[in-house]
Amino acid sequence: MKKAAQRDLFPGALEMMILRMLKRQPLHGYALVQYIKRTSRDLLQIEEGSLYPALQRLLKAELVKAEWGVSSTNRRVRIYKLTAAGAKHLEREVSSFERMLEGITRVLAVGES
Amino acid sequence: MSWLTQLFSRRQRYIELSEEIQAHLDEKIEESVAEGMSREEASHLARREFGNVGLTEESSREVWRWPSVEDSLMDVSYGVRTLRHNPVFTAVGLLTIAVGIGANAAVFSVVNSVLLKPLNYPKAEELVALHQTAPGAAGLADFENGLLLSPSMYFTYAEQNRTFQSLGVWVTGTANVTGLAEPEQVRTVYVSDGLLQALGTRPEVGRWFSAAEQIPRGPETVTLSYGYWQRRFGGDRAVIGRNLTMESRPREIIGVMPQGFRFVDTDFDVIVPLAFDRGKLILAGFGFHGIARLKPGTTIAEANADIARMLPIWMDSWSNGPGTNQHIYETWKITPMIRPLKQEAIGNVGELLWVVMGTIGVVMLIACANVANLMLVRVEARQQELTVRAALGAGWGRIVRGLLVESVMLGLMGGVIGVGLAYASVRFLVTTGPANLPRLGEISIDARALGFALVLSVLSGLLFGLLPALKYAVPRTSLALRSAGRTISVSRERHRARNLLVVGQVAMAFVLLVSAGLMIRTFEALRAVEPGFTDAQHLQLMRISIPDSLIQEPERVTRIQHGILDKLAAIPGVKSAGFVSEMPMEGFDSAWDEIFAEDKVYSADSIAPLRLYKYVSPGFMQTAGTRLVAGREMTWSEVYALRPVVMISENLAREMWGTPSAAIGKHLREFSNMPWHEVIGVVQDVREKGVQERAPEMVYWPPLMRDGFAPAVRTVTFAMRSDRAGTEGFLDEVRQAVWSVNSNLPLASVRTMQAVYGKSLARTSFTLVMLGIAGAMALTLGIIGIYGVISYTVSQRQREIGIRLALGAQGGDLLQMVLRQGAKLALVGVAIGVCAAFELTRLMRNLLFGVTAYDPLTFAAVAVLLVLVALLACYIPSRRAMLVDPIVALRYE
Repeated sequence: MKKAAQRDLFPGALEMMILRMLKRQPLHGYALVQYIKRTSRDLLQIEEGSLYPALQRLLKAELVKAEWGVSSTNRRVRIYKLTAAGAKHLEREVSSFERMLEGITRVLAVGES
Repeated sequence: MSWLTQLFSRRQRYIELSEEIQAHLDEKIEESVAEGMSREEASHLARREFGNVGLTEESSREVWRWPSVEDSLMDVSYGVRTLRHNPVFTAVGLLTIAVGIGANAAVFSVVNSVLLKPLNYPKAEELVALHQTAPGAAGLADFENGLLLSPSMYFTYAEQNRTFQSLGVWVTGTANVTGLAEPEQVRTVYVSDGLLQALGTRPEVGRWFSAAEQIPRGPETVTLSYGYWQRRFGGDRAVIGRNLTMESRPREIIGVMPQGFRFVDTDFDVIVPLAFDRGKLILAGFGFHGIARLKPGTTIAEANADIARMLPIWMDSWSNGPGTNQHIYETWKITPMIRPLKQEAIGNVGELLWVVMGTIGVVMLIACANVANLMLVRVEARQQELTVRAALGAGWGRIVRGLLVESVMLGLMGGVIGVGLAYASVRFLVTTGPANLPRLGEISIDARALGFALVLSVLSGLLFGLLPALKYAVPRTSLALRSAGRTISVSRERHRARNLLVVGQVAMAFVLLVSAGLMIRTFEALRAVEPGFTDAQHLQLMRISIPDSLIQEPERVTRIQHGILDKLAAIPGVKSAGFVSEMPMEGFDSAWDEIFAEDKVYSADSIAPLRLYKYVSPGFMQTAGTRLVAGREMTWSEVYALRPVVMISENLAREMWGTPSAAIGKHLREFSNMPWHEVIGVVQDVREKGVQERAPEMVYWPPLMRDGFAPAVRTVTFAMRSDRAGTEGFLDEVRQAVWSVNSNLPLASVRTMQAVYGKSLARTSFTLVMLGIAGAMALTLGIIGIYGVISYTVSQRQREIGIRLALGAQGGDLLQMVLRQGAKLALVGVAIGVCAAFELTRLMRNLLFGVTAYDPLTFAAVAVLLVLVALLACYIPSRRAMLVDPIVALRYE
């Protein structure tokens, strides 16, 4: 049940955030979700499952790679790492997203100044 | 990652995915439990926060899928379902395509095996036939092989050339083999040194001939063919070193050639070295076929230039004996015309096969048109289904793809059945062996032919699927949904595609029927030709050779032959008997030489025109039914008295002396030390080289001559005139008669003249049969096409016809209306067909005889036939139109 204040992410947003998180350190799926939630201070309500199709898309595009490893809670998990191509992709996405955000912000700010 | 590993790793990937998601949920639950939640609550929370697990897995998997491929698989299964639900449509379509593809695959495999595949020798592309022409040699035009090589030419070319790896000559013959079972005449190939080396095929067992075996008085050896080895020695490898008694002399067997090995296109039983006596050779003796292997990278033009360079060397190195002019052959203008060995093997059958291939291809087009028509009708019936699918969101491309997948599947299934039919017909073809096809034994359906059938199936599927797909897949939702289920008259525009198809079919059928008609006329013209012998059915032939190792003395040879004739004539039912060195159309290498007339002047530096000659026994002309035009046949007493007499053909008599009767009493001879022979008889012209070839000028010498080229002719064909010819009992008596004279004489080529004559017509009959089949198929498909279109139109126009009837139209008017529509289609088709046929029949000009490619009679007859048949095809549906009940038709609304 979504509250009215909540809205869907735009396509590619989740992928961008995943890449950003992985740039800091390799993570497994569950940890990724927790980090994103925590970092966004729960402003973004992400359905946890939606992470997995996104991860598969990134894997297919070879922007991330995955390896089986052991989590801090001693569990067999798949740990995702950013690839070189992924890092480059992230940079491009972030800069284009920032331009878009700036544009939207300017339009919304009309008349207030 | 390659798509292949992706495909195989997909299952593993899905398993890992499920595992990962499960781990995620477990971790979440444990965390919540650690925070004090009950396990059940924690589990609920985890699932809520995660969302739909199944959906997540599904959409994660989708990332790795190929939507287009998997959609196509769905199209295929949908296509199979629709085809299964329309068994009649499917059966008719399948049958049409199967027959079309079967015929095409069969003919293609013949074209492929005969024309396209390289010959069965290592590096066959380097092999050439040493052809030469001599435009200056009068009379040589009669010899289809051009000027063959003489032994001295062979030595010059073999020793002086710069362009060949190896080179040799060969000639066919026959030999008597005794001491195995019954005496037997075997097919022999005589080869010079260098020939087997040029061909490059190693013996299956044993070795090639050594140099010592290629010279006179060396060890006498023989190599067997695979077939003869199997037949006579049961494939025993210990045969090497044993002796074979040929012409009453032992020859050591030194090798066996592998299966399928042939000389160009000649089958044989044994190979014997020629062993030329180099010291005794003269310039002349042009009787040998030359084969050479080019040095790598050498072109045929370079090889031609090389031979041209060696011709003067040849004339300088040898002579025709003391007092002769060595350079006399300069007037012959001998020109090398080397050609690839493959071309030599194929001969002129290439043109015939391409015509047949083209014809069968057109049949395929007609078949495609028919199936396209069927598809159009069916797609029209499915208009509503397609519209609903489009309305539900199916893309235009998706619908077109669906229809195409369906038609390509129909094509492929037809192709599978077609390949089965092709296998059967190729087997039939190889066992019956029509048209004297070269390389017959090599004909098979190989990978290339299968590939051809596959491509053809897919292409034809696309071809007949594309038209309906393009025409009806364009969404016209509103219109179609509204009119669905109602019977409105169909607009003219919607009939256009079908009409065009029918017109095209009629036009193509016209072309094929005209080609078949022209072949029928050709066949008739050939049958009408007087071949120079009569009633071939009742003329029994057999060939007997008397080697000098068996009988040395010439006169005794002739007396034995005469004795055989007497015994044969005494067999009940034999009206007369005679012998000749070679029957017309038997296809042995011809004998020819310069012939001089006593009352003509020949310059010392030129050569008299070359003439074909034969030896005939007294009574032969009467037996064969060759008419005497003037004079008389020779008698046995003249033969034994060595009286210098000769007979000639009518065309030779006319050429030399104006009329046949003027030739009687004139004199001829072959060389200067031969006595002048008096012309005592002139006989009608004989089509020696086949019915379609001009009758050559002929000289007929007596069988026994003083100072002739040979003192007595030793290999002859006996001919008997009898109503019992060809029957088993008769042949038994013939064998007994021969063996009562000499039990060592084998009988060869036992057959009737009809078999020889039929063989010479074989190519024409083969073409006739093939074009006839194609024409009949075209006609049938064309009729079905017209019938289908007309009856479909009638059923679509029921309401309109009902209204017309209700308004007072008479049945006859309606009949006329429908017939007129059909006639219009047929006439337009015929008109286009006439234009196309004018262009296309030219391509088969060389296959015709006694009729032009534009024969008005054939064109008119075919046009009338097609229009009549078309009207007939329209008649049945028009009857139905007449019987429409207006009330019923209108009540459909």
